[in-house]
Amino acid sequence: MQWEVVIGLETHVQLQTHSKIFSGASTAFGAAPNTQACVVSIALPGVLPVLNREAVRCAIKFGLAIDAEIAPRSVFARKNYFYPDLPKGYQISQYELPVVGKGRLAIQVGDQEKIINITRAHLEEDAGKSVHEDFHGMSGIDLNRAGTPLLEIVSEPDMRSAAEAVAYAKKLHELVQWIGICDGNMQEGSFRCDVNVSVRRAGSDKLGTRREIKNLNSFRFMQQAIEYETRWQIETLEDGGEIHQATVLFDPDSGETRAMRSKEEANDYRYFPDPDLLPLAISADDIAEVKAALPELPEVMKARFEREYGLSAYDAATITASRAMADYFVATAAKFSGEAKLVANWVMGSVAAKLNEEGRAIADSPVTSAQLAALLTRIHDGTISGKIAKDVFAAMWAGEGEADAIIDRQGLRQVSDAGAIEKIVDEVLAANAVMVAEYKSGKEKAFNGLVGQCMKASKGKANPAQVNEILRKKLG
Amino acid sequence: MINKSLKELAALLAAKQISSVELTREFLARIARLNPTINAFVTLDEERTLAQARAADERIAKGEAAPLTGIPIAQKDIFAAHGWRTTCGSRMLENFIAPYDAHIVQEFDRAGAVNLGRTNMDEFAMGSSNETSHYGKVRNPWDVERVPGGSSGGSAAAVAARMCPAATGTDTGGSIRQPASLCGLSGLKPTYGVCSRYGLVAFASSLDQAGPMAKSAEDLALMMNVMAGFDPRDSTSLPREKEDYARDLGKSLAGLRIGLPREYFAEGLDSGVAQVVQNAIAEYRKLGAQIVEISLPNNKLSIPVYYVLAPAEASSNLARFDGVRYGYRAPEYADLNDMYCKTRAQGFGAEVKRRIMIGTYVLSAGYYDAYYLKAQKIRRLIAQDFVEAFKHCDVIMGPTAPGTAFKFGEKTADPVQMYLEDLYTIAVNLAGLPGMSIPAGFAGNLPVGLQIIGNYFDEAKMLNIGHALQQQTDWHLRLPEGV
Repeated sequence: MQWEVVIGLETHVQLQTHSKIFSGASTAFGAAPNTQACVVSIALPGVLPVLNREAVRCAIKFGLAIDAEIAPRSVFARKNYFYPDLPKGYQISQYELPVVGKGRLAIQVGDQEKIINITRAHLEEDAGKSVHEDFHGMSGIDLNRAGTPLLEIVSEPDMRSAAEAVAYAKKLHELVQWIGICDGNMQEGSFRCDVNVSVRRAGSDKLGTRREIKNLNSFRFMQQAIEYETRWQIETLEDGGEIHQATVLFDPDSGETRAMRSKEEANDYRYFPDPDLLPLAISADDIAEVKAALPELPEVMKARFEREYGLSAYDAATITASRAMADYFVATAAKFSGEAKLVANWVMGSVAAKLNEEGRAIADSPVTSAQLAALLTRIHDGTISGKIAKDVFAAMWAGEGEADAIIDRQGLRQVSDAGAIEKIVDEVLAANAVMVAEYKSGKEKAFNGLVGQCMKASKGKANPAQVNEILRKKLG
Repeated sequence: MINKSLKELAALLAAKQISSVELTREFLARIARLNPTINAFVTLDEERTLAQARAADERIAKGEAAPLTGIPIAQKDIFAAHGWRTTCGSRMLENFIAPYDAHIVQEFDRAGAVNLGRTNMDEFAMGSSNETSHYGKVRNPWDVERVPGGSSGGSAAAVAARMCPAATGTDTGGSIRQPASLCGLSGLKPTYGVCSRYGLVAFASSLDQAGPMAKSAEDLALMMNVMAGFDPRDSTSLPREKEDYARDLGKSLAGLRIGLPREYFAEGLDSGVAQVVQNAIAEYRKLGAQIVEISLPNNKLSIPVYYVLAPAEASSNLARFDGVRYGYRAPEYADLNDMYCKTRAQGFGAEVKRRIMIGTYVLSAGYYDAYYLKAQKIRRLIAQDFVEAFKHCDVIMGPTAPGTAFKFGEKTADPVQMYLEDLYTIAVNLAGLPGMSIPAGFAGNLPVGLQIIGNYFDEAKMLNIGHALQQQTDWHLRLPEGV
């Protein structure tokens, strides 16, 4: 039996505004409990919400970035439920008329591009936090976060694997940082994903019953959670069981998901338009103003990189996967007179690998774009080979200095002196009679072996092109 | 002294014939004598009040007085006032000291008015008789066996018994106008959005509006000059220029077209009240006004619509009273849910609970369209009735309430009877229009109010219309016996 997994995401993006969405209280993270809870955050009797226009600008930016319709009129609604960290007894959100309508996001999985449709994005306020440690038999309430602006982004159930879901989440994560509406800090909860997972028989066009995995705060956990959940649902169905709609939590320690509450007991939120807030009107001028200040979007930049730098579609997509990486690439290429393809290879290769290994952001790379350009220039002008450049790069990464200084100090300059190379070739030919015989009997592979021996004998410094040329001459 | 208008009091203060401290003490003394019977005030703070009076005297001495500087004003216990207990007539907020000021409280402070004390009210402004207050019923100074009306009954009784020169109120479905009618005073509910709701403890946000209650239309105008104005902290506050609400006082009424809605003089109206209203209208004819018969065909739907929308909003507005952060919390409970249930069961009175339940019901999945959405549609029809009516007239007149002050307990057994008290006032809130009640005479020795409904932002015109009658009659100057 073949199964297909169907995945949709709801992502809560904390908007990077100075003050809360409906009051002037600060949104800074990490302050002492309740020090950023003003009279509105506490929901004292008589207080009223006033919409932060900066949060609206963030929503418009996002709408433009996913090519969505921005609603000229959207409505704030109250979502009513009781919880100690929800001070008003309702959350101000958007329900029937969200600020951002249907949009789309292109993701890259392997070398395949796929479009993920976005259903909507709406503005809402965050709740506070319940603190269960440190209070014996009681709970503490911290309302610093209450009223922090969120953009909830809802995707269509367009993803068909954990890899696609993670690619979408990563792309979204990068996009909201790219356009400057979110700091992307997942540990502090600035970017939180709820993942809806269902399975169905391959070929069926009817959706299965979904379970929602709540509050995943890392991509690794997301991948694990979806994989586990998918397996669990398939096994349950294959064993003749049924899937019930539920909210589940992922336990990173066990790697399992488990049901938190079933949806049958779900609240009736009694949504209705918030009479304290007027409908949100967004004019064409408002949109034009935001659009003018919007940075070049990844898709546009990708196309430009293909055109201007001659990069392949794959390379351009990889380089523009993050704005910081794109900036680093552009800065390096600007200081390098050789082919941009070489820059792209190094940025996607050695640089990305080291960053990954050390969990660093490219902005914190120990090798700056200028330093990388200087290194690549030495490959380009024949001072060192690409292979030696890797060693120089490693030394630069370790803080041993500039490329030229390392090359000089370690005597890594490529040997292009024909006499010196000839001497090495003669020694290698003398010491490898067997290979020479093989080559002469027609085995071309033996030639490569001899080149390798020459490079080894020169400690990698011999100019490979010259080695080739001299070898061919000598072997007649 | 107690019958003097705000203008006269201001003149006496300016001329140093009396100090604000003396004036304030005189009213405090009256409160000490009368309040044990009337129960119009729930919280007094002489020290705080007199400190404000002393500050006002200094300001007057420096020649920096504004029109209300030094004049004591009573505040309905629904406006947050920094350092004052703000109970909203509820056990839920029995010990709640507000840590901030409502916009209008701030405006009175800026004007140099003296905060005389906090007036009793129906719990969370839900009621038409002041019988739902946790702090005991307010008695009508005209007959202490009768209700003062509600929900601003404490403010109304306080002005009627001359325990204060003027007071603030709020009006969601008639809560300023109906008690003004039942207590023989003048009260104005402004156009929705004219007075900021910031710091007004919400009952039904789309209907709540603060307004003044005083002895005369002229006094209302002076109060409005302080209370009205744009406030960016209330998103429904209207960004309009400050206006002088007294600017039209004294203008001729010649040619004024008064619309009388047929539906206001139909079944349900007490005949004595009808007679008083007709007499007042006859006075206006003498002043040069013309009478036009009009129709408000959807008025009959205003009570059912109101009792869907107001409870819906209230059920959500009152969710914050959960025992978590402030206010009453049940002393014993088993778990979180039990804490919520017991806190709200013990903290709220019966009428409040009734409305929370109605509101919760009409917003529930499956009922929302049939109740809430339908009520919103009818609300627009009701507003449209007025748009149509104002094509034929400049103001609308009629009774404020269907009868005079009734006896305690007379309508408590049947909520619907109580709700009918607001038959003529509710549509005005649903449409967001300004409405006023002024004393127009007596029926069976009890005061009767005339309601004047204006078009949007016509408060100044309405105040002049009220003032004109008060230049011809002395109903507004009559005092209850024993006061």
